[in-house]
Amino acid sequence: MSSITNTNGTGMARKSSSSKRRRRDLLMAVSSYLLLAVLAFITLIPIFWMILSSFKSQNEVLHFPPTWLPEVWHPDNYIQAINFAPFGQYLLNTLFIALTITVIVVTTSGMAAYAFARLRFRGRDLLFLVYLSTLMVPGQVTIIPLFILMRNLGWIDTYQGLIIPQAFSAFGTFLLRQFFLTIPYELEDAARIDGASRFRCFFQIIVPLAGPALASLAVFSFLYQWNNLLWPLIMSNSDATFPIAVGLRNFQGQFANVWNLLMAAATMATIPVIAVYLFTQRWFVKGIVISGFGGR
Amino acid sequence: MADTTVIEPLTPSHHAPRRTRRGLNERKEGWVALFFLLPNSLGFFVFSAFPIIAAFVLSFYDWDLLLGARFNGITNYLQLFSDDVFRSALLNTVYFVVVSVPLTVVIGLAVAVLVNQPLRGMAFFRSVFLLPYITLTVAIALVWKWLYLPDVGLINQVLGVFGIHGPAWLTDPIWAMPGVILLSIWKSFGYNMVLFLAGLQGIPQNLYEAASIDGATRWQRFRYVTLPLLSPVTFFVVVISTIGSFQVFDQALVMTQGGPGVATTTLVLYIYQVGFQSYHMGYASAIALVLFAIVFAFTLIQFWFQRHLVTYE
Repeated sequence: MSSITNTNGTGMARKSSSSKRRRRDLLMAVSSYLLLAVLAFITLIPIFWMILSSFKSQNEVLHFPPTWLPEVWHPDNYIQAINFAPFGQYLLNTLFIALTITVIVVTTSGMAAYAFARLRFRGRDLLFLVYLSTLMVPGQVTIIPLFILMRNLGWIDTYQGLIIPQAFSAFGTFLLRQFFLTIPYELEDAARIDGASRFRCFFQIIVPLAGPALASLAVFSFLYQWNNLLWPLIMSNSDATFPIAVGLRNFQGQFANVWNLLMAAATMATIPVIAVYLFTQRWFVKGIVISGFGGR
Repeated sequence: MADTTVIEPLTPSHHAPRRTRRGLNERKEGWVALFFLLPNSLGFFVFSAFPIIAAFVLSFYDWDLLLGARFNGITNYLQLFSDDVFRSALLNTVYFVVVSVPLTVVIGLAVAVLVNQPLRGMAFFRSVFLLPYITLTVAIALVWKWLYLPDVGLINQVLGVFGIHGPAWLTDPIWAMPGVILLSIWKSFGYNMVLFLAGLQGIPQNLYEAASIDGATRWQRFRYVTLPLLSPVTFFVVVISTIGSFQVFDQALVMTQGGPGVATTTLVLYIYQVGFQSYHMGYASAIALVLFAIVFAFTLIQFWFQRHLVTYE
């Protein structure tokens, strides 16, 4: 379309075409907003529906036609749900498990990544290749041998059984190594010449500079573990260790059609991650990008 | 973009003096390296590397938790060929991948292009579109299960407004898988959007300006500048979406438990059923290795393409 304007020689034509273009840009912006608003609405419906329904009475959730806002708000649904299953305990379990895994992942992967990125030692490349090759193996392949290992260790239904096997994948090490490689050597060399040990270099140069990468890995790992279902499904079988994902699934089994209570439980399980996400979004997005592209 | 991260910062000026010190450094740094590596490598070998090898070994055993292990050669693998549920699980998973991957990729790209415009409020929309990805799958699958209910579910009620008599969704063998797929698309298009956004922002702005000066329309700019320059990213997104989709589990477990019949039994769900509900650990390992073979094949394709694909950079 604009190729026509280029062939037009006169000033008049150019002027009107530029106002035409402005009008087209405006139209484009308006239609973009409309489209985005519709998409955002569709995206948010299930989440709003979950939250709003969690406050409805048991009659109202089955209303036809359905209501959007609860006629009478029933916050007591939450108390009822907690009376039937200890969701507070589940949430604390999840928080403890996800946080501990995250701390282990970030510290041990950070250290190992430093060794791979900066230190010279025999067998480094071979060892890194072993790390790399395990990245191609989907987690579901290892759960069976891991489960047998846990059984032999007597770790079934324990926190350590839920935490330790999940905390040492090659993923974090790989991710951080790629990031450490981008930190200029000169900084560390200068410190080394001044007599700083490798330990000082790691803690005082690398760690501060890698802050965003460490934060990304931390947020990513935390949200991932919060969402993790398969491993705890196999490992835990009592209220004392159930994370929220498994607790909620069991609750579903008992209260199959009590939708208002189910939605209250689902809301309790979801709101904490949404809160974490809203506050750490920047790092999470960065985490997706660097883990997605994985330094490739 | 991400290519920059793999460049080993070993400049020639560094190289020459280093080499003379290398032998000494290597010996001296061995202990330091051990200190840094040990906490992670110990856990890695016990809980990541060893179980992979164990899974291979296990797949040649008949191992049911109560009776113990018995070597049975390739029997497990032969059994796969006559196992109808396995065949269904494999086909269902392929069906899931073939439908959900193209849709999440296309929607992810379209949304990325939309929110990449220099308009106000785009950050808000980006946050919204990524929100489903972080919501707890179990919780949200529960919500969708309700939305899908044939009579009281919101989806069929909305369809009813338009005079469409909606299907029975999760209880209908034909519509159950589309139901699982729809939820999965809703949940993961935002993830692809983030990757595409990173790719879009890596395209030099002056190319668009040049194209505009040459009189390219919006569509032409997208078709002849954005798409070709984005092709490595697109390819990458397709591969990781494919690998991720082959591992679909949570939503199928919560919404349908693989049913009705075996209509939504996926590979991982079947591994879970065989391994942890029937306790045939050896056979479950064999199925898991089939999954591994599929993922491995896609990883190889990806490596091959990375070497041969023109990246325009």
